[in-house]
Amino acid sequence: MAQDDYDGKDITVAHSSGADHSLGDQDPGLAVVPTDGFSDPGLLPHRQRVTDADPKKARKAERTVYTLFYLSIVGSIFAIAAYMAFPMESNNVGDVRLSTVFIGLGITLALLAIGFGAVHWGKSLMADHEGIDIRHPTRGSDETRERAVEIFDEANRESGFGRRTLIRNSLIGALIAFPLPAVVLFRGLAPQDQDPVKLLSHTMWKKGTRLTLDPSGLPVKATDVTLGSAFHIIPEGLAELEHGKLEEKAKAAVLLMRLRPEDLNQLPDRKNWSYDGIVAYSKICTHVGCPVALYEQQTHHLLCPCHQSQFDVANHCEVIFGPAKRPLPQLPIAVDAEGYLVAQSDFHEPVGPSFWERS
Amino acid sequence: MREKRTSKPRRKSGRRHPLATVALIAIGLAVTGGAYAAINSSTATADTRPVASQSTIEQGEKLFQANCATCHGMGAAGTSAGPSLVGVGAASVDFQVGTGRMPLAQTGPQAEQKPVQFTDDQVKALADYVASLGPGPSIPADHLTNGGGNAANGAELFRINCAMCHNVAGAGGALTEGKFAPALTDVSGVHIYEAMVSGPQSMPVFNDLNISPEDKRDIITYLKYVQDNRSPGGFELGSLGPVAEGLFIWIFGLGSIVALTIWITAKSN
Repeated sequence: MAQDDYDGKDITVAHSSGADHSLGDQDPGLAVVPTDGFSDPGLLPHRQRVTDADPKKARKAERTVYTLFYLSIVGSIFAIAAYMAFPMESNNVGDVRLSTVFIGLGITLALLAIGFGAVHWGKSLMADHEGIDIRHPTRGSDETRERAVEIFDEANRESGFGRRTLIRNSLIGALIAFPLPAVVLFRGLAPQDQDPVKLLSHTMWKKGTRLTLDPSGLPVKATDVTLGSAFHIIPEGLAELEHGKLEEKAKAAVLLMRLRPEDLNQLPDRKNWSYDGIVAYSKICTHVGCPVALYEQQTHHLLCPCHQSQFDVANHCEVIFGPAKRPLPQLPIAVDAEGYLVAQSDFHEPVGPSFWERS
Repeated sequence: MREKRTSKPRRKSGRRHPLATVALIAIGLAVTGGAYAAINSSTATADTRPVASQSTIEQGEKLFQANCATCHGMGAAGTSAGPSLVGVGAASVDFQVGTGRMPLAQTGPQAEQKPVQFTDDQVKALADYVASLGPGPSIPADHLTNGGGNAANGAELFRINCAMCHNVAGAGGALTEGKFAPALTDVSGVHIYEAMVSGPQSMPVFNDLNISPEDKRDIITYLKYVQDNRSPGGFELGSLGPVAEGLFIWIFGLGSIVALTIWITAKSN
């Protein structure tokens, strides 16, 4: 076996001497000295492989190895043939599946067979000569260390790094300035001419905005919402937005539910935020902003699928389980002259997860 | 202008009776109206099913008293053990009894699906009886549940209204405290439709003003499509999403890496 030339020891010498506690030329300060007197049993005696003892077995192993390499060639050719035999041009998902499966099988066979063949070759046929490489001391020799200091001094002298302070300081300044474009670029990902805090604090809902169905945008009448219903709601006009639709929807999505009015336990200052047992709550979880919409109509619990936060709709959506810390914001609703449900105002607090400036 | 010109010489020629135009219009109206009425009545009869006769209602009442009244009370008025069924409609009964959820075997987080205990006729009789107690959603017509709609529209509606509980591929998912949204594979279109209109157990109600009958048909079409067209991307692992996939790669991926490492480092014979 190939050994590095630093401190290789032949195993045949090592195991014949049994316990060998000598530290050699290593620094005693870096070695751990055993105090319990447990002796190193050394390595197991060398055992011959069947391929060393039996030439028949060796030939068999040789056959296995080259068969594997030939198999790899077969796999590669198979992959090429599969690419030609199963074209993907038809736009049919079944064809895509066939193509990827057979190309994948071919390439897998090609790579695996090389790997298995090489390992089998190494294990059964390559020279079975065991050896130990002793760990290098971590500390360099004194000469190496002095030479390193010399190199630094020399470099400093030759480059004038310590002497030409103007160059040095301008270089340090350039290195500090280098990451600044990244800061500007990342800032550019956020909205430009608007205050992000304001954007996060306000949604499309305002006084008189009708509650409409997601995705059709049809307005919802209070009489449509029967007991036990759950409506997925977007504000009127969102379905027709040309751009920024997803951004607005991500903030304004609402779940509308009707409970028995006697089941509803409302806060005193929110008595007029619901209509005949119909309540509207933000669908955006206050934990990290997943859509909370797993509504159980019997228990009136809302479950967030991401981290299992649970909100009690009957009890002004307070958190009853999970990592969320704040109740879901409620959208105050009313009924307009034509019987359609409308928002009384925007949410009274920012929807979704916390951010630095959120008061 | 053209009509005037053509009609004038006709009157002058006198070949046709002056009332011929009127008669023609009357016949046309009668034919279209009759055809419309025929089509409409055929869908209407399919919608409500014809045989809610007194005899099936009486048969249903007997079945109800023998099998359901213990919990739901005489006359389905409800007891402390079971809710009133007045006004739940035939759809709810057909879903609960037709999928074997009712009669309930034991109380628990939710009624589990069991082998159906009644024949189809008995289920219909029970449904007729409960429907006779008060108006409620009826059993849907065939054309709404046979999966002949628009799968793309159904997929969008399913993702918005259903996928958070039932999984985007309809594989089902967990709710709170032992409750779960069942998998929608191998559920008949009629039962899916009835579940939407009746809102069984934890499921909210999706009435026809929220999701129109045609949209419900599209949702059923999407679910049938997903069932009939397997994933093009290889093994689905139950379509359960990142948890199932992560578990798979942790067990089998890491397992095979460990096995290979042991083989590579073990001494050859």
